[in-house]
Amino acid sequence: MIKAVLGVIPLAAGEAFVFGQPVGMANRDIGYLPQRRSFDASLRVRGIDVVRLGLDGDRFGLPWPWSAKNREAGRRVRDVIEQVDASPFALRPIGELSGGEQQRLLIAQALARDPRLLILDEPLDSLDLPNQSAIAELIRRVCVDSGVTVLMVAHDVNPILPYLDQVIYLADGGAVCGTPADVITSPTLSALYRTPIEVLRTSDGRLVVVGQPEAPAHHADRHTGQPH
Amino acid sequence: MSLVGSAASSNAAWSWNLLNDVRDMFSYPFMVNAFRGGTIVAIVGAVVGWYMVLRKQTFAGHTLSVAAFPGAAAATLIGISATIGYFTFCIAAALVIAIASRPSRGRGFSAESAVVGTVQAFVLASGYLFATLYNGVLSGLNNQLFGFTFGITDAQVVTLGAVAVLVLGVLAVIGRRLFFASIDTDVADARGVGVRLLGVVFLLVLGAAAAEASQITGALLVFALLVMPAAVAQRVTARPVAGIALAVLIGVVATWGGLTMAYYTSYPSGFCITSFAFAAFIAVHRVRASA
Repeated sequence: MIKAVLGVIPLAAGEAFVFGQPVGMANRDIGYLPQRRSFDASLRVRGIDVVRLGLDGDRFGLPWPWSAKNREAGRRVRDVIEQVDASPFALRPIGELSGGEQQRLLIAQALARDPRLLILDEPLDSLDLPNQSAIAELIRRVCVDSGVTVLMVAHDVNPILPYLDQVIYLADGGAVCGTPADVITSPTLSALYRTPIEVLRTSDGRLVVVGQPEAPAHHADRHTGQPH
Repeated sequence: MSLVGSAASSNAAWSWNLLNDVRDMFSYPFMVNAFRGGTIVAIVGAVVGWYMVLRKQTFAGHTLSVAAFPGAAAATLIGISATIGYFTFCIAAALVIAIASRPSRGRGFSAESAVVGTVQAFVLASGYLFATLYNGVLSGLNNQLFGFTFGITDAQVVTLGAVAVLVLGVLAVIGRRLFFASIDTDVADARGVGVRLLGVVFLLVLGAAAAEASQITGALLVFALLVMPAAVAQRVTARPVAGIALAVLIGVVATWGGLTMAYYTSYPSGFCITSFAFAAFIAVHRVRASA
């Protein structure tokens, strides 16, 4: 689905538009964070340089060090790094940083060109629990502060559930779309996945999705969430 | 040519009067050309080498420089300028590696090292064949493997300079995209940076740089100017611009130091240049280990 929105793979049927333009034409307005990629521990490149690539890494030629444009770019990079709270470690080689720190810098990289749509593929994958909730909270804040639409793919819906405005479930060739309260119910999900799924409500009103212990393993199940 | 070098060095004596020493050294045209050629190659080698170390393509770099050996041997065999042989074979080897190791989408450079190893074995073998066919000029063989810095002609300096300008010009144009494609391949690809084409262009640039460096240090010691300065610079600083500048500085200082040492001793210039670069590597390694 992400590849289709980016226009990387052709549509099987029908048409799709992003911001009123056919898919692939609006990629300048899309910030894209691919599924978890980590940097080699020996890579001696600073986080700030990786973020900068998100801004002008696709240009030809070299930046002129003392030009106004270069200063402007430097300011923009510092702003987005500030926005994701990555300033304390942005000047260290990115290979030496933890998974959560790298992920913050990569989100900053995706934000560098001030996109209208931010596509995040498994942004919480392979992070520990505190980092998962911190990144989820950060994504919500970025979404509200900069007014950017966030489209997020996640295997595990629980850490991001409190922040979602819209959710799309894709499984077994079927799809369900709507607000979390409408979609995330035991009958809907159980019917979609054809396996018993329970939705629990915690004491403070949060939803938790739990599969049955005897449920067969599913490899095709992916949840797509859409806050904002 | 190596005869000229050793004859001159035997009557040269280091006096600690640096100005006189330098004047003495530069009174020989072959020394002046060695410094000119060495400096050009040190600069190109350091800049290209910085990208090569970043992209972890040192094995490819080594193979391309080994390709200089059959290049020079073949040129000697058919009686044309060795410089033409160097560049023809290095560029051809770069093309072979680029075509044969075409990465399937998303699998990166995994297939490359096997292709590179195969090419290396073949070029070494053909180098030996050409040398055998020519029937012994052993000093020539040594030159091809270990460099003949003191035999560089004015015309060769001009060629080295022209190729250097071309290589640095190409890198100046694609430098930022190549940096992006090297450290963040997936995102660069999604942004339409042309990762695959950049990889091919870089291999060609690397081939040209390896051909240049081979003429100074020889096919086997090309790492002295291609890998060592870049490896040292990347250990010292994570800033791209500062790293490239430092690599150039280390390469130039090692070359000047090595050539001076080779002039005042009877040791081969390839060894002397490599020693200076290696000293820098050890120094940085110790400093970082203790820090």
